[in-house]
Amino acid sequence: MADDKKPAGQALQEQLGQLTEQVQGSQAWSSIFRPGSIFRKGYNDSPRNRSYVIMNSVLYHLHPVKVKRHAVKVSYTLCLGGLSFFLFILLTVTGIFLMFFYRPTAAQAWDDIQTLQTAVGFGLLVRNMHRWAAHLMVLSVFLHMARVFYHGAYKPPREFNWVIGVMLLQFTLLLSFTGYLLPWDQLALWAVTVGTNMMGFTPVFGEQVRFVLLGGVEIGTDTLLRWYTLHVLMLPFVVVIFMAIHFWRVRKDGGISGPL
Amino acid sequence: MTEIPEHLRKRAEAAKAKAQGEAAPSAGDAAPAAAASGDDKIPSHLLDRGTAAADQPAPSAGSAGGGLAAPAGSSGPDGHNQRLLTVVKSGSIQDTKATPQDKVHVWPHLLLAEFLAALAVTLFTLLFSIFVNAPLLELADFNKTPNPSKAPWYFLGLQELLTMFHPMVAGVTIPGIGLIVLVMAPYMDKNPSKRPEDRKFAISLMTVHLMFWSVLVMIGSFFRGPGFNFIFPWNSGLFFEL
Repeated sequence: MADDKKPAGQALQEQLGQLTEQVQGSQAWSSIFRPGSIFRKGYNDSPRNRSYVIMNSVLYHLHPVKVKRHAVKVSYTLCLGGLSFFLFILLTVTGIFLMFFYRPTAAQAWDDIQTLQTAVGFGLLVRNMHRWAAHLMVLSVFLHMARVFYHGAYKPPREFNWVIGVMLLQFTLLLSFTGYLLPWDQLALWAVTVGTNMMGFTPVFGEQVRFVLLGGVEIGTDTLLRWYTLHVLMLPFVVVIFMAIHFWRVRKDGGISGPL
Repeated sequence: MTEIPEHLRKRAEAAKAKAQGEAAPSAGDAAPAAAASGDDKIPSHLLDRGTAAADQPAPSAGSAGGGLAAPAGSSGPDGHNQRLLTVVKSGSIQDTKATPQDKVHVWPHLLLAEFLAALAVTLFTLLFSIFVNAPLLELADFNKTPNPSKAPWYFLGLQELLTMFHPMVAGVTIPGIGLIVLVMAPYMDKNPSKRPEDRKFAISLMTVHLMFWSVLVMIGSFFRGPGFNFIFPWNSGLFFEL
């Protein structure tokens, strides 16, 4: 029996070896596991290919091919602007997930969140991420502004980009504030009540602004729909436009500001 | 080799012959003209044409663009009616910046840093979200006002101001002025230097501004209890939800 077993095992090994060779020799395998295979013609590190990485990618093309050496110093920017943008993307992704399970009416909103947290896979986790990332984004945009100011990066030729940036800070606050109401719990309702009461003190058109924002004289289901639309569609739309101008101006004004 | 078309070759030959013929008579004029204006490199025949055109009476007093649609009679040599308007020296408009800059490739130097930063933030958010749940209090109830009622944390500075001033001042005037000054900062700060030692005033002003709001937000967040009265969180507990 032992004699029989050995050749059988060997045959199996040979077959396995053949199969491995076939698989690894196949075009599919080598195109997946070839180093640098995500680039059609492979990737080897050369100045030319380093440029192509940027030039041939619609996403990386936000960047120039080369930047000033000091601009890549993490200690200069602390990545705050880039992280604000990244948090915006993270919030968009998690926000889209939340939209699948949420109806902006006073009768359903709170129940939907409750259901999302208890009955939807990863629902609680994604809602948590959306909430914490939102607070983090307010913080990072604020810190980014402080960083830019202390580096004097708002000085010519970047004056107008500073103005755009302050706008973006306000839009970030508005995005966060409009999202605050959506869970329709006690926290949301009364935080927004306090917040919108403050708005009513604006001179001349304060009451009108408040009326338009609330969709009535008091917070209600109309407010919820209004703030939901502002939160998921209108403000992100405006923010994306302002971000596009912001990033474009960074490049047009000669990259980030120079060393001090 | 492709052959040059007959008509083009003829035209070129005619032009060459003409140029040779013109060079001889104008040589005498060119010498004094060049001597008169040291570094002037304007060919004399162009100058001649310019003066000739200037000497001619304008075709019609009213038409400013008369030179463009000059009648055949006033055209220059060879039927062309271009006219030398000005000669711009290359140095004055071509401002070449030849100073080399120390640059690095965005890939991998910048993209790698960005990727790692994004990864770190994602990890932080993910881990934080696993361990800390976002608040979800009971269903909104218009008849139950929580005590204290607080705005979102970034507006707590404003709410804090409301306890001290008239709503017009606290809610509109102070934040309005703060915001306008912030937006206008680059237009008011005319100091061209970016070095911290040259901008002591701007830096102190901004620091006071940022600290002003930070301290107000902290007080509003942690040191305000029921009735929005001042409390110490270590005595009365925390009245703060994110």
